[in-house]
Amino acid sequence: MKTFTYERATSVQAAAKAAASVQGARFIAGGTNLLDLMKLQIETPTHLIDVNHLGLDRIEKTDGGGVRIGALVRNTDLAADKSVRQDYAVLSRALLAGASGQLRNKATTGGNLLQRTRCTYFYDTRMPCNKRQPGSGCGALQGMNRSLAILGVSDACIAQHPSDMAVAMRLLDAQVDTMGADGAARAIPIADFHLLPGDTPHRESALRPGEIITSVTLPKPIGGTHVYRKVRDRASYAFALVSVAAVFGKDGTARFAFGGIGAKPWRTQEADAAAKSGAKAVAEAALAGARTTHHNDFKKTLVERTLASLYRQREARA
Amino acid sequence: MSSDHLTRRGLLQGSAALAAASPVAAQAQAAAVATPRRNGGSAMMPVELTVNGREVHLQLDPRTSLLDTLREHLHLTGTKKGCDHGQCGACTVIVEGRRINSCLTLAVMHDGESITTIEGLGTPDKLHPMQKAFIVHDGYQCGYCTPGQICSAVAVLDEIKAGIPSHATTELNDVSLNDAELRERMSGNICRCAAYPNIIAAMRDVAGEKVA
Repeated sequence: MKTFTYERATSVQAAAKAAASVQGARFIAGGTNLLDLMKLQIETPTHLIDVNHLGLDRIEKTDGGGVRIGALVRNTDLAADKSVRQDYAVLSRALLAGASGQLRNKATTGGNLLQRTRCTYFYDTRMPCNKRQPGSGCGALQGMNRSLAILGVSDACIAQHPSDMAVAMRLLDAQVDTMGADGAARAIPIADFHLLPGDTPHRESALRPGEIITSVTLPKPIGGTHVYRKVRDRASYAFALVSVAAVFGKDGTARFAFGGIGAKPWRTQEADAAAKSGAKAVAEAALAGARTTHHNDFKKTLVERTLASLYRQREARA
Repeated sequence: MSSDHLTRRGLLQGSAALAAASPVAAQAQAAAVATPRRNGGSAMMPVELTVNGREVHLQLDPRTSLLDTLREHLHLTGTKKGCDHGQCGACTVIVEGRRINSCLTLAVMHDGESITTIEGLGTPDKLHPMQKAFIVHDGYQCGYCTPGQICSAVAVLDEIKAGIPSHATTELNDVSLNDAELRERMSGNICRCAAYPNIIAAMRDVAGEKVA
């Protein structure tokens, strides 16, 4: 690990200010992703700003009938929160489908949103990677890319977004609340929070230099039946090949968001609109523009079959 | 990797003696070895921890993981380094009542906090019920992952008692204890010898469940 200096931030604004003013500074919260990458020297911050003690660890009701989740709320606590279990079960389910008990005890809401891809070419510093080293090329395009993305990809990068939590938040139309280095608050719809790779895959979020996530706000509950189905190589503790977050309404409408297939958590209006036409139609709509390789073409079939499984389960319970 | 590797040889030479010593003696020794070191880059930082009920004062390179702090600085070598990337669970310890991977966190981030390691759960003379159950049910073969398994197992039963749901929970508000729950909750602890069935038996035993 490269050397760095360390400070414990005492206020949100001080943290944002420090992050904007020190070259190479990074926030550290749970650290489960950042420290892993620092050991591999994929991340080499010169200064760590520990934001664990900023009091951003509460879950509160909002005036609008929704819920505000502090950026430092641990994944375990968010999944177990009574109101989340009750009104946003898809979020609990997504969180519980991710990582291990130990990691969920550490990983935070803000950090989970910012976790970096698990593309093996990003992790292997001997390989070219435009995300890790802009302009160096992409080893994955012609490589072993079975787990990688098929939607939102570019010639520069086909890395998949690894988060389960963010898929559920995308489904729920969450909003990411931030504070900038100047102390100004900003609310970013989650649809705009993660960036597609394009020519700049190293740019992954809409955050500006120094800007810190303070909370994630969920709009008021939408009711319905919440499900999160994750398909992976092991029954537990593995990243998704395909995951589907869904909320089914009583009237046959539904909304869907997908993990494991997109460069960011994937959701389309067209897929939601096809809900009444069944799994095949939803899959076709969601997968419009998919760009697959020999190794990951199976994901298209897997999306349709996962959706079909959800529909069958839904019919069986109706 | 960090400069902590430089001290490993010295540590290994002393490990046989340490293994024979009781955990109480190992803890007492912890204070003696907690002296400042020099390194090539980062400024040393003071870190205060309560490890297994004992306060320790350390001067650490901020890069030092909690795992390396326990093993290399406090010579509490019960906690194991497996992958050092949060994938295997061998380094699992209980911090402020919660199990975490000690390899994926920095000691400086835990200044002022309480840590329980395998040495703090029980002693050879007075085993923790989970340690005893692992012996009774043969919950290990080579034993390398066992300290992490036991720390995790103890915390898992607490999590179930607290009603924290898991991926295996059928109804999110109705958390119960069964084999599927235990297997899911223990998935962050890999056992290359595959002692899993016996680990589950040990956990059920401690939880007061009938063991088949």
